[in-house]
Amino acid sequence: MRGRANAGLVAGGALVGLVVLTAVASFFWTPHDPTLVDAARKLREPGGGYLLGADKFGRDTFSQLMVGARTTLYVGVVAVGIAAALGVPLGVIAGMTPRGWLSELIMRVNDLVFAFPALLLAVMLGAVYGAGTLTAMIAIGVATVPAFARVARAATLQVMVTDYVLAARAAGRRRPAIAVRHVLPNIGSMLIVQASVSFAIAILAEAALSFLGFGTRPPTPSWGRMLQESQELLFSTPRLALWPGLAIALAVLGFNLLGDGLRDHLDPKLRRVEER
Amino acid sequence: MTFYLLKRLAVLLAGIAVAAVVVFAFMSLLPGDPAEIALGVNATPEAVAALREQFGTDRPPVVQFLDWSGGLLQGDFGTSYVTSSPIGPQIGDRLGVTAVLVLGGMAVALVLAVPLGTFAAVHHRDPLGAVISAASQVGIAVPAFLAGILLVYVFAVQAQALPSGGYVPFAEDPGEWLRGLLLPWASLGLVQGAVLTRYVRSAVLDVMREDYLRTARAKGRGSTGALWRHGLRNASVPVVTVLGLQLATLLIGAVVVERVFVIPGLGDLLLNGVAGRDLLLVQGVVMVLVAAVLLINFVVDVAYHLLDPRLLR
Repeated sequence: MRGRANAGLVAGGALVGLVVLTAVASFFWTPHDPTLVDAARKLREPGGGYLLGADKFGRDTFSQLMVGARTTLYVGVVAVGIAAALGVPLGVIAGMTPRGWLSELIMRVNDLVFAFPALLLAVMLGAVYGAGTLTAMIAIGVATVPAFARVARAATLQVMVTDYVLAARAAGRRRPAIAVRHVLPNIGSMLIVQASVSFAIAILAEAALSFLGFGTRPPTPSWGRMLQESQELLFSTPRLALWPGLAIALAVLGFNLLGDGLRDHLDPKLRRVEER
Repeated sequence: MTFYLLKRLAVLLAGIAVAAVVVFAFMSLLPGDPAEIALGVNATPEAVAALREQFGTDRPPVVQFLDWSGGLLQGDFGTSYVTSSPIGPQIGDRLGVTAVLVLGGMAVALVLAVPLGTFAAVHHRDPLGAVISAASQVGIAVPAFLAGILLVYVFAVQAQALPSGGYVPFAEDPGEWLRGLLLPWASLGLVQGAVLTRYVRSAVLDVMREDYLRTARAKGRGSTGALWRHGLRNASVPVVTVLGLQLATLLIGAVVVERVFVIPGLGDLLLNGVAGRDLLLVQGVVMVLVAAVLLINFVVDVAYHLLDPRLLR
């Protein structure tokens, strides 16, 4: 069912595009200063230039959401970047030397890192260096390394048994050259899919960390912290929880749909059971 | 099987040992001396030295590590530098609360996902099956703490049927205990259930295409009967793997959900420890959580091989 898969790709792309556009636009324009505290606007109802109202400090919710998109993407890009930069080379090395001690060591360390979820890493990093956006990004990034290493290793193993790699080896090409010329271009599509899925997980992790106070620090707007601040006002002003919650869910949905859609689009062989 | 079990057990123990080294080394990076922090800025050097000796932080790191990890083996997590109370019993109390939270969440997820996923697979050509798939996709995008806040809004704020937070021990009032846990269980379970539904659906769809199921149907079992008798055990192999991974996710999700519902579990203890700069407490809780994740992975691997003995070959 090609049509449905593409519908997912389009919907995911549109949602991700919306988040990216919002983040970019927030550099040039927001309706109000998102960090401006103004007691006169405290808990202002939506309307009259305040599209979604204001929070308990009088900060404009819409402007905060816009800048929050920026925070979300920033954390996601850096975390997924760290994960890919470390995980892909490790996975390719492990995949190219499947029986070597190095491969064994990499996969064992990988399993160990897997036992340290992003949240625990962030809490530990936060306890030692002080919590902030940086520690959150590093924690999420490091915790995501095993996912990239595993995908890269599995894909590399597949590429290594193909005829063209055999030919390159017979022609005397060295391993680094094979990795760059043959392996990376052929595992690229799987890595892009993994990046999209990891991005969604990173958004969830950032939101949870900011909610707990281990992520983005005030006054920088963050969807997770907006939720945390809204919780005590849930009885009186539930809309403060609604908007950041919706933003998180739509962004995660977007990256998940994009990942699934890309998987089907880039590599029909990998099409999962559901789309058959 | 015995050989496999012993080998896997050795990997588990080695993993826990290495994790202990990592956690200890990491927490030793913490700037500041616990003795100086405890006594404040006006303390005399003699007093600091005396307390350092009492804490044992004057000894070389290797000795401190052996002392700490040796204690762990006997369930002794040391004594907090901040509150001067033993850490082990605190962790023990909190572990029970978190375990109940996680297992309840898992139960909710299973009760939702197995029927829904199977239904969606059997009816994968119907609109209703597609609706379940779409709903699970949306459910995955909602973090557990957000689900918690939404549930509080619906059931505590609007309907005023359930408490918005707090925890009553079972021994005090079983009814209130249950009422207090319903929303936390639901927030963990709904989200994990959505993830699990997708895996159950894929697994059942895969099995439905197998020859043995066609044979069973040809022998005159109805398609439900065939699936029930021959399909579900085979479909359960990939699902059990995901279940194990999810149990680890749930454990971490519980840390956040405990914050939403003010439940005194391990997550609450951990976050309070960080806030109070209680190094040894944080170290202990992190160690317990990491060991739990490793243990879950071990159990999953073993269960996997029990369900599918072909893997042992």
